[in-house]
Amino acid sequence: MKFLAARRRSPLVASALLIGALGVVGGGYAALGAVQPAEAVMAVGTETQVEAGKQLYLEGCSSCHGLQGQGGQTGPTLVGVGAAAVHFQVSTGRMPMAAPGAQAPAGEAVYSDEDIAAMAAYVATLGPGPAIPTAEQISYADADEAYGGELFRINCAQCHQAAGQGGALTQGKYAPSLMEATPQVIYEAMLTGPQNMPVFADTQLPTEDKQAIISYVMGLQEAPSPGGMNLGRFGPVTEGVFLATAIFAALIAAAVWIGMKSR
Amino acid sequence: MTDITPHQDQASGHGNTPARLGYSPVADIPHKPRATDTDPKAARRAERQVATMFLLSMLMVVLFIVAYFGIDKDTIIYFPVLGEVGASNVALGLTMGLAILLIGTAAIQWAKKLMPDVEVVQQRHDMVSPKRDALEAQANYERGKEESGFARFPLIRRTLLGALVLFPIPLVVMLRDLWTPKPGTEGKSPADILSTTLWTGGLRIVSDGTYAPVRPEDLPVGGLISAVPIDLKEVEELEENLNARGKAAIILVRMEPDEIRAQQGEGWDYQGILAYSKICTHVGCPIALYEQRTHHLLCPCHQSTFDLADAGNVVFGPAARRMPQLPIGVDEEGYLVAMSDFAEPVGPSFWERG
Amino acid sequence: MTTTSPVEQVGGATATYVDERVGSNKFLSRNLGKVFPDHWSFMLGEIALYSFIVVLLTGVFLTLWFKPSMAEVVYEGSYIPLNGIKMSEAYESALNISFDVRGGLLLRQMHHWSALIFIAAMAVHMFRVFFTGAFRKPREFNWLIGVGLTTFGLLAGFSGYSLPDDLLSGTGLQIARGIVQAVPVIGTWAAFLLFDGEFPGTEFISRLYGVHILLIPGLILALVTVHLMLVWTQKHTQFPGPGRTNDNVVGYPLLPVYMAKAGGFFFIVFGIIALVGGLVTINPIWIFGPYMPDQVSAGSQPDWYIGFLDGALRVMPNIESVIFGWTISWNIFIPALVVPGILFTALGLYPFIEAWVTGDKREHNLLDRPRNAPTRTAFGMMAISFYVLLWVGGANDIIAVAFDLSINSIIWFLRVTLFVIPPIVFLVTRRTCLGLQRRDREKLLHGYESGRVLRLPHGEFIEVHQPLNEKDMAVITAKIDYTPIPAPDKADVDGVRNKNYRAQMLRHRLSEFFYGVNVPKPSAAEIEAGQHHAAHDAAVEAPLHDYEDADQIQNFHGGVLHHPGMAETNAEQVEQR
Repeated sequence: MKFLAARRRSPLVASALLIGALGVVGGGYAALGAVQPAEAVMAVGTETQVEAGKQLYLEGCSSCHGLQGQGGQTGPTLVGVGAAAVHFQVSTGRMPMAAPGAQAPAGEAVYSDEDIAAMAAYVATLGPGPAIPTAEQISYADADEAYGGELFRINCAQCHQAAGQGGALTQGKYAPSLMEATPQVIYEAMLTGPQNMPVFADTQLPTEDKQAIISYVMGLQEAPSPGGMNLGRFGPVTEGVFLATAIFAALIAAAVWIGMKSR
Repeated sequence: MTDITPHQDQASGHGNTPARLGYSPVADIPHKPRATDTDPKAARRAERQVATMFLLSMLMVVLFIVAYFGIDKDTIIYFPVLGEVGASNVALGLTMGLAILLIGTAAIQWAKKLMPDVEVVQQRHDMVSPKRDALEAQANYERGKEESGFARFPLIRRTLLGALVLFPIPLVVMLRDLWTPKPGTEGKSPADILSTTLWTGGLRIVSDGTYAPVRPEDLPVGGLISAVPIDLKEVEELEENLNARGKAAIILVRMEPDEIRAQQGEGWDYQGILAYSKICTHVGCPIALYEQRTHHLLCPCHQSTFDLADAGNVVFGPAARRMPQLPIGVDEEGYLVAMSDFAEPVGPSFWERG
Repeated sequence: MTTTSPVEQVGGATATYVDERVGSNKFLSRNLGKVFPDHWSFMLGEIALYSFIVVLLTGVFLTLWFKPSMAEVVYEGSYIPLNGIKMSEAYESALNISFDVRGGLLLRQMHHWSALIFIAAMAVHMFRVFFTGAFRKPREFNWLIGVGLTTFGLLAGFSGYSLPDDLLSGTGLQIARGIVQAVPVIGTWAAFLLFDGEFPGTEFISRLYGVHILLIPGLILALVTVHLMLVWTQKHTQFPGPGRTNDNVVGYPLLPVYMAKAGGFFFIVFGIIALVGGLVTINPIWIFGPYMPDQVSAGSQPDWYIGFLDGALRVMPNIESVIFGWTISWNIFIPALVVPGILFTALGLYPFIEAWVTGDKREHNLLDRPRNAPTRTAFGMMAISFYVLLWVGGANDIIAVAFDLSINSIIWFLRVTLFVIPPIVFLVTRRTCLGLQRRDREKLLHGYESGRVLRLPHGEFIEVHQPLNEKDMAVITAKIDYTPIPAPDKADVDGVRNKNYRAQMLRHRLSEFFYGVNVPKPSAAEIEAGQHHAAHDAAVEAPLHDYEDADQIQNFHGGVLHHPGMAETNAEQVEQR
């Protein structure tokens, strides 16, 4: 100990420390990083933001997700989920999960944007994971909407339905409707694969492709119904219900009117 | 106002009856007069109602023409309840619909208010023809049978039957070429063709839609890629159809290697990446609904559910067979490739499947 | 004789001209005054007919723009989210009709809505015919024709909505092909012949087109013509009522009333279809995208009338056998082929089965009230409940999303209820009919309960029963009490054994079962007494109605009013009681 303390001001110390730190980080990466997504980024939150986030986490999330984010009986581990996952889950009101169930439903966000950013910064320090997408990443103004439609039908429609109205999964789970989703939330969902949604990392579905999909989904949200009132865009089921109720009511009312004795 | 003269109606259709007027007798049922029967003002009001409806109908036709030429087909307009809708479609539907509907309501109102609503009666007669007709038919038949000699010439009878039974056969035979085998499949039975896909050893796997080849590192745990063979585009251009795609479509999923409880062959995965057929073994819908955490693959058509961590076995639903797995590896450049074709036919079952 | 207008003169001359060539005046003389009964439920068949006409008309228009080709093109039309996308010519032409032909979308939507209405109207009409026993002699052929029309209607609808080659209908075609392929022995060959090889091939849409615009409409038109001719010559059935017997038709003459009403109804149906076509979206194919054999949307369903088949496929457990290397897919065969096969065969044969069971050889032109044929009504309701459960099964994922349920639970629920609910419905319906028959009998014997309670001077409370009016009387007394076929003898008088004993015994038992639930009509004397009794009540109460003055009513003490002028009459009536 005296040996190290006596040499702590030596010019070689800085280099040694640096090399040592690099070695630790690099080695850790090599050991853990084989199956990490390529875009994993260590969160660059300020220290105070991370601290604030940690406090919020301990108050609101640790009871299910563990004091160090390691997970527990009622919540999965948050190590490596990344800031994007936090923003997605908390800003859509899915987390904190109000009651246990097959799936966390979306709702009103409980935390403010700042709080969410803080928590995201904290969770990002737990392990490398997808970062919150930048404004540039989620901008879709130049995207090809038609190409996005093709990608949507290949990758998304089988769960979320061709018109983005959502669909059923097994055992009471569901793929939610996309009609209220923002570009950021869509990007984050693809990136993080929340609950049973698969992961669509930027390495398998590049940013331009995601932008195209976002452009298409925004188009779906704003799409008018050229044919008249849309019956929820669920397809033949709602059309059949409308037929059996409104249309047949009208037709039978007409038939009854015709047959009625006139006063 | 009725001026129907009650007239004794006779059964219709039998030649000797004298000419009748086309009226039917008034039924012996008490008739309560309507307001329009007794009150001329009410009658005139009804007349005006009917005429107004016809007039409105004509107006609607004019409006239809105006709407057709005047409204741009891309215009979107907002209506309460209907939402944002196509202006042209709504306008054309409303005007045409009302034009036609009003004719109907006018005619009905006319009938209900102004035409007589006195019930009349007509006699039915049994559907069976008079005995005389049956006897005459019978007699004619006997005569015809005797004259044709049908009963007397068994040889003619039998050969006639044979000829009549056989002559439609060419029509049926000509249906054979509803299916003409495509180049490369001559001599193969449908079962043979159904049992092979485009996949062969060494064929690169590319992402559907982007056609980008896939490296294992690109796919994180929990990821899903819908994929096709790299030469699919060329094949589609050559064959000018989508048949190859319908059998060769696959999905790539990735789980932690220790989450894989069973596979259809030793080492058919690559570091936790599994390739399964995308075509449901029930009746053929494509499946890409992959639940990342449960590893279940759910078909949206009839809810067949397959466990991809357990060799694609069926866990729920009407599918009887597991999802076929494609063995994969990597080539020298580090891209994912198939190691061979599927070991079993993909898609719905068939008789010869075995 | 009023003076004829110029139009009438021309009309008259035309009629003569035509008559000299085809003898049309004979037909006109007999039929211009033909009587048609008037009940709203008789118009259900008309809805089917008129919507079919609209389907044909709009269909002809659509053929002017639709291209039934699977050749690949790149879209460059008005709908931006599909610009540059590869698709079949069929899909492109459907998009063209929707977005680039003015009124095209209206035509498409009218065509599709009227197709849905056509089949629904046929179904509802069929229910009416079934529950009122209108299929009995002499109308069995018409029933068979109706079953044929329903079948062709389903085929027409399925082939029609598959023509645009969009993702939703293409998925349906893929399923249909999977079903064909699973048929034992010939399945693979049949599938390959239909599609010219593998799926999707390049031929199927154009083949389907010929079937959809020529073959099936031709068959439907032919059958509809025979159907209507039979109704014309056999005359329409009618509900029992005043003046109505089994040997007459009471209603309105063809000219002018029925022509106006039926013609008017045609315009109403047509108008409603046009309104709905303009105001409510149906089959927005641009949302689904062009068909690709490796894409699918969540929540894929066929049109409502195929829903029961889809539901059957969903609830069926996954049973498949491999025997000596040959695969038999019970999981597809049973729901897709056996279940509809049984349903439609049973439907078609029903009139003949009922005729054999009941031994009823009479001509029936008066309709049964459903309550008077409890077993038939119960069978019908049972079949409908089975159908509805299958239909619900077809929408299970939409229901799961809409009501926050699990698709797995829904399927299990249906698997159980499919066998539990129909028998329960049968029993409940039968008992309900019995209850209604009892109510009818009560009405005949005691008049109907008016709901007015009277207190008689000696303190007794009675409910005033009103005698039935003529209409109700006619309706209720039209009930026929059938007797079941008697049990056969084991041997005839000479001791010769009855060879058909078993079949006859079965027939006897079924007949007893069919007619077993019946509340017999009271005898004519009992009815007479009952109505008389009810008339009494009405008479007791009658004085009350003469009084409109509130003061006088205040003197009311029970069933007799104390009013100077009424003393005598009241005393009489009290005496008679």
